[in-house]
Amino acid sequence: MEHFDQLYQALNEVVGYIYPNEIELRWSILIVLYPYITGLVAGAFILASLNRVFEIKALKPTYEISLLAALAFLLVATMPLIFHLGHPERFYELMMTPHSSSAMAIFGFVYLWYLMVVLLLEIWFDYRRDFVVWSQESKGLKKFLYKVLTLGSNDISPKALKLDDKLGYIITVVGIPSAFLLHGYVGFIFGSVKANPWWSSVMMPVIFLLSAMVSGIALILVTYMVINYFRKQKIDMLCLDSIGKYLFYTIIIDFTLESLDQIHRIYEAEESFDIISLLISGKLFFTMSIMQVLAGTLIPLFILGFFQFYKPKEKIRKTAYLISGILVLVGIFFMRWNVVIGGQLFSKSFYGFTSYKIGLIGGEGMLAAGVWMVVPILILVFLLWLLPPWKKQHSGG
Amino acid sequence: MPKHILRLIILFVIVIGLFLVARQFLIPESFGEYGHYRANSIEENANHDIKYVDRAECAECHDDIAALKQGGPHKNINCQTCHGPGNLHIEDPTPENIVKETEREFCGRCHNKNAARAKLIKQIDINEHNIESKCIECHNPHEPWN
Repeated sequence: MEHFDQLYQALNEVVGYIYPNEIELRWSILIVLYPYITGLVAGAFILASLNRVFEIKALKPTYEISLLAALAFLLVATMPLIFHLGHPERFYELMMTPHSSSAMAIFGFVYLWYLMVVLLLEIWFDYRRDFVVWSQESKGLKKFLYKVLTLGSNDISPKALKLDDKLGYIITVVGIPSAFLLHGYVGFIFGSVKANPWWSSVMMPVIFLLSAMVSGIALILVTYMVINYFRKQKIDMLCLDSIGKYLFYTIIIDFTLESLDQIHRIYEAEESFDIISLLISGKLFFTMSIMQVLAGTLIPLFILGFFQFYKPKEKIRKTAYLISGILVLVGIFFMRWNVVIGGQLFSKSFYGFTSYKIGLIGGEGMLAAGVWMVVPILILVFLLWLLPPWKKQHSGG
Repeated sequence: MPKHILRLIILFVIVIGLFLVARQFLIPESFGEYGHYRANSIEENANHDIKYVDRAECAECHDDIAALKQGGPHKNINCQTCHGPGNLHIEDPTPENIVKETEREFCGRCHNKNAARAKLIKQIDINEHNIESKCIECHNPHEPWN
């Protein structure tokens, strides 16, 4: 009976004509977090690859931070999905009996490939020499962990290290299409829902990928600044300016593609257009026009664009970079919100809207979502404690 | 081959091997018998207790109400739509084990004004329509329009 009461309350929020199964939103804030966190992973990894494969030296101070941040968020990426299930304890069945027609099952394997073969291996090859050195220098728990991580081999001869470097490079090269696949797939999940005109677009995987890069680069920008603040180290402004430059470029491409997608929708003006324009000007006005476009895109674009022509004092630049990074991170979160929640707010009848009220407590509430945003940060702190990039020996050999 | 690469390969072989072994144990026995699902689930679902009873069983005791209802617009609404599942009440007919809702909100679930509802269902705004009284004071739910 309690469920009927909830349904009854939801029914009071309905506007216009909707079908009975559209009253309640099935995909909640947890499903908003899933593409958001996965995007941060893909973006952070792509920034690391820029450094390694394309040899952008200015980004060097962020290389390990990017890899560790990608790992910290990847470990949590599936959690919102799993806890959204009615029976979270059955999640592994997806991997045990996968069906080739299930995009979700294929994702399980793409995820595993990315975690095991790409990220863990790349980090392992990058840190292997340090594992050996640290396992001899450290004490207690750290010593034990480093010993395990060396896999019992202390071979750090120049020949072995050269091989590590080569293999690490190959993995990074393989990793770039893998990162594209990982996040392109998330866009595909939405873009392939042909019954939903707000989602169904071949542009979706590309848009998700570009926005993933934007959010990942912003994440590393903010993380790098925060780490240096806590370590009381001077920030490498050349590095910060370079991240800012790449953030600027990716925002331009992302914003252009998203605008193209919308312009295409407006010009085509299919039968779904009326309800979508009502959606954008009504229920999504705050989250889309204000948060996603104005705060998350135009303001950072203006700040970062300005810095490409004129560079004010370091202090001003630092503050502006931090603000831009945070704004971008918030903006991309609302982009995911607008896709996931926005796509469920209007009826397939195109004649009505339902509404979404997020609760504070409960498995799908705001607190639960907050937990899944804090856990990756805690994991990152642990990883930075265990594998501090600033203690690595960077001179080759 | 360097020692650490060999160990890494062994580690991967172990992990993949463990996955394959775990798979043997974790795939349900009857999986795939009929299709891409656990065949035993059919039997398990079939074995669930039936909670709703046939409406004729309600009419065996409440024949007067059944006859009354037969003449009104609610004639095709099953008794248990409003009164909940009747299995316990059939076994032990006491007023405690059957739902008897009398609040306005309960009627409003079907009769509150909503654009998405078929016009066939009579609708009022429960926040305006005779708000001082309960619906059942004027309308008999078993024969609503008398």
